[in-house]
Amino acid sequence: MAEATLARGGRPVAAPRLTAALGPGAAMLYLSVMVALPIAALASKAASDRFWPAITSPQAESALWLTFLMAVATTVIDVVTGVLIAWVLVRDDFPGKGVVNAVIDLPFALPTIVAGLVLMSLYGPKSPLHINVVQSRTAVLLALLFVTLPFVVRAVQPVLLALDRDVEAAASCLGAGPWQTFRRLTLPAILPAALTGAGLAFARALGEFGSIVLISGNIPFKTQVASVFISGQVESGDTHGAAAVSVVLLLAALAVLGLLSLASRRMRTRHV
Amino acid sequence: MSKQLLRFTALGYLTLLLLAPVGMIAYRTFAHGLSPVWHALTTPSALHAVYLSLAVTAIAVPLNIVFGVGTGVLLARRRMPAGGLVNLLVNLPFAMSPVVIGLALFVLYGRTGWIGSWLAAHSLQVLFSFPGLVLATAFVSLPFVIREVVPVLEELGDDQEQAAATLGANSRQTFWRITLPSIRWALVYGVVLSAARALGEYGAVSIVSGNIVGQTQTLPLLVEERFRDFDSTGAYSTGFLLALISLLILAAMTLLSRRKEHP
Repeated sequence: MAEATLARGGRPVAAPRLTAALGPGAAMLYLSVMVALPIAALASKAASDRFWPAITSPQAESALWLTFLMAVATTVIDVVTGVLIAWVLVRDDFPGKGVVNAVIDLPFALPTIVAGLVLMSLYGPKSPLHINVVQSRTAVLLALLFVTLPFVVRAVQPVLLALDRDVEAAASCLGAGPWQTFRRLTLPAILPAALTGAGLAFARALGEFGSIVLISGNIPFKTQVASVFISGQVESGDTHGAAAVSVVLLLAALAVLGLLSLASRRMRTRHV
Repeated sequence: MSKQLLRFTALGYLTLLLLAPVGMIAYRTFAHGLSPVWHALTTPSALHAVYLSLAVTAIAVPLNIVFGVGTGVLLARRRMPAGGLVNLLVNLPFAMSPVVIGLALFVLYGRTGWIGSWLAAHSLQVLFSFPGLVLATAFVSLPFVIREVVPVLEELGDDQEQAAATLGANSRQTFWRITLPSIRWALVYGVVLSAARALGEYGAVSIVSGNIVGQTQTLPLLVEERFRDFDSTGAYSTGFLLALISLLILAAMTLLSRRKEHP
């Protein structure tokens, strides 16, 4: 095994002994079998002359568009509310702040299917508030906002904590209003972090499934997002169609990952 | 004044989106008292789902630990060739839709798949059975341990490890006595996160499981099935059990992140 990896890897490893290659070889083998091979199989399933017809069928196209629009809407709302919540958690003080701060992570800990159930219990058919969003696009948006809530908050919070408050005090001494101080000083400082959080939230929103599947009602052309469409195609036996739409989602996720790592590299070089 | 308005808006948003719905599920679960909940959670299918979710987690999480710590050490100590590719593959499960992950496994291990056709010829089964659930769960929860461990290792540097080597420790001794103790809280934090994801995974598992009651039905799949069968007490009880587990996980995360910052 180690020998094969050495030969395939080609590059010399730090210690030229066989045992030194054993670790990297095993790690590569695990990643290849667990992650790379399934993705390659998926791509090869999708790569046929039926790829284009599959992703441009009216239902698939509508699901992909809805997914994209919902992800954009979610991300925009997340940035605004996320910066607001982070600001309140860092700069404000009120009883119960510690609990609120801890609860922000709940959407990460809660299973997605339970997240859908939780939203349904308040905004479903038997809602005590008499608000029923089930089977509407609002339901999809609500579910996405729920599961992506922590991303921007948790990205912005540490930056806000580390920010030098003397500069803000100086600005207000020089006659800047609170809004002006925020826009000119605070916002530029937290913007890179907010955008990183936004990228993560966007990627998550593109692929979200569990929290949406129950509450959206899965109505084609109305509330059916790409992930739910794929699951339906698998159930009805159209693996080709499901694989084609999956590859589109996968490429979108890769693009977001690429942009994020590029942005973080540029930010790091600018700071140094 | 404006500060109060901001606080009110932020807390109002959190209440409507998060706190009120989570509180509501507790109310819905116990609306008819305790005994229907107890009954719903002790049916044979519910007990089997609990057992299956725990069993899958008990295999997937140790896989993540061994892979995450091993590869993490290699990445942080620059002994990993093609580090960029490894980083990409490690981060992919975060960015991929769970359904796409499930489908990728479905295609690979299906009857006509690259591995599936070989398995079928030897009358072995991965899809719609326990190994498929483990593969899907290990895939989705793969990044958690390694992503917690690598930054800590990079920040620590290898001064202590080199000192140990100078004093005559072999690499095994260095690992167990120096490296592992210094990353222990990051490791525990990663384990908690990956266990949370493993217990609650729905999308990827729903594609590969076939949802066979008493065989491949995990807790999240049971929630979905009961909901679709209009068994709302059953669905809410199972959902509440999972929510309770995540509250415990949340508490652990809060305590551990304090430990992680002030070791």
